[in-house]
Amino acid sequence: MARKLRKRDVEVVKTHLSSPWASFTAIVIATLWTIPTFGLFVTSFRPSTGINSSGWWTVFTNPEFTFTNYTRVLFEGRGATPPLSQYFLNTFAIVIPSTIIPITIAIFAAYAIAWFNFKGRNFLFFTIFALQVIPLQMSLIPLLQLFSGGLHIGSFTVIPSFGITGTFIPIWLAHTMFGLPLAIFLLHNFIAQLPRELIEAARVDGADHFKLFRQIILPLSVPAIASFAIFQFLWTWNDLLVALTFGGGKREIAPLMVRLAEMTGTRGGDWELLTAGAFVSILVPVAVFFALQRYFVRGLLAGSVKG
Amino acid sequence: MIEIAARQSQLEQAVSKLTGLTLTILIFGALVAIAFALSERTGERVQRFLKYVIFLAPALIFLFIGLVAPAFRTLYLSFRDARGNESVGWENYQWAFTQPEILDVLRNTGVWMIVAPIASTGFGLLIAVLTDRMRRPGLVKSLIFMPMAISFVGAGIIWKFVYQFEPNERAPEIGLLSQVAEWFGFVPTNWLLVNPLNTFLLIVVFVWIQTGFAMVVLSAAIKAIPDEILEASMLDGASGWKRFSRVTVPMIRGTIIVVLSTITIGALKVFDIIRTMTGGNFKTSVIANEMYNQSFRALNYGTGSALAIILFLGVLPLVAYNVVNLRRERSER
Repeated sequence: MARKLRKRDVEVVKTHLSSPWASFTAIVIATLWTIPTFGLFVTSFRPSTGINSSGWWTVFTNPEFTFTNYTRVLFEGRGATPPLSQYFLNTFAIVIPSTIIPITIAIFAAYAIAWFNFKGRNFLFFTIFALQVIPLQMSLIPLLQLFSGGLHIGSFTVIPSFGITGTFIPIWLAHTMFGLPLAIFLLHNFIAQLPRELIEAARVDGADHFKLFRQIILPLSVPAIASFAIFQFLWTWNDLLVALTFGGGKREIAPLMVRLAEMTGTRGGDWELLTAGAFVSILVPVAVFFALQRYFVRGLLAGSVKG
Repeated sequence: MIEIAARQSQLEQAVSKLTGLTLTILIFGALVAIAFALSERTGERVQRFLKYVIFLAPALIFLFIGLVAPAFRTLYLSFRDARGNESVGWENYQWAFTQPEILDVLRNTGVWMIVAPIASTGFGLLIAVLTDRMRRPGLVKSLIFMPMAISFVGAGIIWKFVYQFEPNERAPEIGLLSQVAEWFGFVPTNWLLVNPLNTFLLIVVFVWIQTGFAMVVLSAAIKAIPDEILEASMLDGASGWKRFSRVTVPMIRGTIIVVLSTITIGALKVFDIIRTMTGGNFKTSVIANEMYNQSFRALNYGTGSALAIILFLGVLPLVAYNVVNLRRERSER
């Protein structure tokens, strides 16, 4: 009772302190933060003549809207360049395997590192943690050489080239490799905290590691899997560098980001197409983000806050 | 006619891509399922060994092929010529530290490393403190956090539009920054061409994205400060600023350092923003962008690898710090 009272007292003091100025400042900052995105959003619905002859803020006094920018950028190709809808599809074709494969491999490894007793377990864990922050620039050239030429020692072929250049496979593999350290780290932190009694009881009941994993670990890990899945999804959806490097410059497999970056370079003045295209590319991750914000924040905190 | 044919081939391509995608996922799932089904049927002695093969080996193989081995190969290539055929000693590094353009690149990267983390963490902390006392901080936080979901490419386009400049004096400005400058009586200019201002304008984009990250993490840390401490400082009559600087900041010091170092690593590796907004022109390039140019535009694997190594050396102290930190935490537990 006494404790409860004290807590309420603090609440009272807190509300006393919640200065309207602090709230007001926070709201002003949040508004400023949103204006650039809002400007893009408004512009993408304006006719091109309007965009180039007046600022987007004039729409409040002089509203004029159209969907043409979207239909043009999404469905009209130009010469050898396919419309953006094709790139949209490519992004999906890259993102889905690039999320599923690393999570599967990572959760196996996370379980092994958390619950198998073997020598060098700690060393392995710290190594993987350290790999997380190694810039992927360190891997680009060697991996590209490996994917296009295979691995040879003298005239002996250790890994053949498989002829996968120009397909999605190098991009999937690269995303898997680069995503693994964070995935293993996050999932390990979660799995290692599962109660020891639970695991031991199942072991005593005669469950082997495979059964144990399938029946107990996997179902319990769903929240952690969801957290990392959002990370990897956003990361692969928004990635430019990996797709640019391992896509081999082929239009047929290039994702949205590659095309948008190219458009800003070559058609920097076509704001009606650029803004609509950018908004299309932003829509899916932002929707995912708002729908699953809770899991995202949880993953973020598990990855960076101690304890 | 041609257009219809093109459309049809596009449709065919789309169908074949979707089939390929579905097949890939099915095959991968089937492989995992079969491996598990077979393993569960083996005896205990086989499993003692088999569990490492199934659970641990795939990840280790991927990590070795994708990260560990390439790191050593990149180190090796950084001492070779453009095609990796002949040894050139320290030439590539000498090139990096004497060539005026590359010195600009290194200097810019240094500016990014210092300004971006401090600005992001500062803003993040400010907003975390402001919203901590708000009764309904949900919407404010979501709005500031949202750019985290936006790609650097998307953000680059958003801000390039903000920085847009109209060279024709009689035509109205369509970029927000130019218009605001005009309202305040300044003459707008082609912002992204002005050095060194342009580097800072690019950093703004990065800070705009990373502040949300800093805010979320710091705000969780502030929430974790026990009520008793807050209460005690209030009874002592500490003012708002004193409470912030003497209680809040010291209590979350560890988290602030983690946030700073995470954002520093991100700032060191920044690539997409530069690529989309200036292409590295007008003296805005950074290491990651130059590394890409050297390796895949100029096709010089030697200089490209040397730049990658320099980037790695920049990150190394932060990695070491984080590892030491993690070790200490784990032994405390």
